[in-house]
Amino acid sequence: MPMQIYLPIAEVSVNAFLLLGLGGIVGILSGMFGVGGGFLMTPLLFFIGIPPAVAVATEANQIVASSFSGVLAHLKRRTVDLRMGTVLLIGGLIGAAFGVQLFNTLKSLGQVDLLVKLCYVVFLGIIGGLMFFESLNAIRKSRKPGAVAARKKHNWIHNLPFKMKFRTSGLYISVIPPVLVGFFVGILAAIMGVGGGFIMVPAMIYLLGMPTKVVIGTSLFQIIFVTGFTTLLHATTNYTVDMALAVLLLIGGVIGAQIGTRIGVKMKAEQLRILLAIMVLAVCGKLALDLLLQPSELYTLGAGGH
Amino acid sequence: MLRTLFLCLFLAVPVQAEEVVAGLSQNRIAITANFDGSEILIFGAVKREDPIPTTEQLEVIVAVVGPSEPITVRRKDRRLGIWVNTDAVEVDAAPSFYAVATTGPLVDILRDTEDLRHHVSIPRAIRSVGAPQTISDAEAFTDALIRIRTKNGLYQQLENQVKLSEDTLFRTSIALPANLTEGAYKTRIFLTRNGSVIDAYETVIDVQKVGLERWIYNLAHERPLIYGIFSLFIAIVAGWSASAVFRYIRT
Repeated sequence: MPMQIYLPIAEVSVNAFLLLGLGGIVGILSGMFGVGGGFLMTPLLFFIGIPPAVAVATEANQIVASSFSGVLAHLKRRTVDLRMGTVLLIGGLIGAAFGVQLFNTLKSLGQVDLLVKLCYVVFLGIIGGLMFFESLNAIRKSRKPGAVAARKKHNWIHNLPFKMKFRTSGLYISVIPPVLVGFFVGILAAIMGVGGGFIMVPAMIYLLGMPTKVVIGTSLFQIIFVTGFTTLLHATTNYTVDMALAVLLLIGGVIGAQIGTRIGVKMKAEQLRILLAIMVLAVCGKLALDLLLQPSELYTLGAGGH
Repeated sequence: MLRTLFLCLFLAVPVQAEEVVAGLSQNRIAITANFDGSEILIFGAVKREDPIPTTEQLEVIVAVVGPSEPITVRRKDRRLGIWVNTDAVEVDAAPSFYAVATTGPLVDILRDTEDLRHHVSIPRAIRSVGAPQTISDAEAFTDALIRIRTKNGLYQQLENQVKLSEDTLFRTSIALPANLTEGAYKTRIFLTRNGSVIDAYETVIDVQKVGLERWIYNLAHERPLIYGIFSLFIAIVAGWSASAVFRYIRT
């Protein structure tokens, strides 16, 4: 039975089961791979006809909710570096404010769809490509066990001023790199409707040298506040947060994540990563084709009056 | 004095020989959470004192027009290998919905001067003052507007869709799509003979979001900060309770 639901803010009528299903599929993937899923959900929302501005803002809202229980669990286990999290957050809030400003400027110029889609093509392309080759290498290496690459203890990061002690991470480094990382992730959150974990986690490990056990908790801590702030900015300047859409995606997502976690346990890490890489590249390819091929309708309609 | 006399003569000649009386199956449309479009039936009769004139064919035009708003029409062009929006034309007022149903081809049953006066055909219902000097083919933009909205079911030209029986009773039905804008939908009925309008009737259909839809929309636009905080709260509660249910099932 088709069950159409009229989304009050997006002002489109979509099938409720389609939304639950999308939430579920992305939930399964995020449960399997341990990723946030925002970077898959937002482009999928474009594909089903949700206006990009609504997709980005609503996805930020959804990420807050889906990260909430994760943050609580990490706080309970004391695997959050609150000090580092706060420094990343300060950068993130500034970045989000800057990102929403940029988003609104380009929206009035009629170029926001292009900005969002280009960002997706670039980031999904880089991340998907890197993951694909890394997991291919990992599969090859696992056949003949070798030495694990040693982590560099000292790099140029350690020569910057404004040093600060981060006890939970056991670091004594300048605040400049984490603020910059946070800032960059904040911009991405505002423009792409993602948490930005896929950028932040590698940056925390390889650039800041944080211990792996606090990385996930600390990044979730930053993400929840930055996406929360982004949601409020989009809600107050663009009126594009669709509550009904967020709740439907969320319910599907929570159910999917439970199923995904169980599937994930049964599969090998390298296989999982290569699957995720292929999926990311597929979404990237679809978005890139949309930009490269001549669209069947060259004209688009937008709200006027400026 | 002379003008008044002329006016009297002019008004006196048709003397409302034929008048339209009409009704709608509904004059309120509520956009609810499961709104999936609607169909309105428009019907009526031609009231007359004298016998049916046999000289010219009686024709009926029914037009339903949604609230007008300014629109920006953008055109994509290839730049550095990718398709980006380049040119834009502002259309001053375009109806968000426009359906015109007739008993015959519009060009045959309505004169151009009458169309100009009553804004009946779709291109006449769109008001576009001027495009920037850099754009030479501004008409292509208005054509695109009509083409896109026709494809979405928002602009409908329904020729021969009004059923007229015995030159007296008429009816038609107009499908309103799911992606409707709120507002007052003006419904006009014209009787024409020999391309001239002999009588017109006008009424309004109210299209409004109701219930939860109305409440969410108003809150989001009138109290955006409270709405934003509330959305976050609702989403957190929904996510939290869904995972709590799962934990409960597992244990």
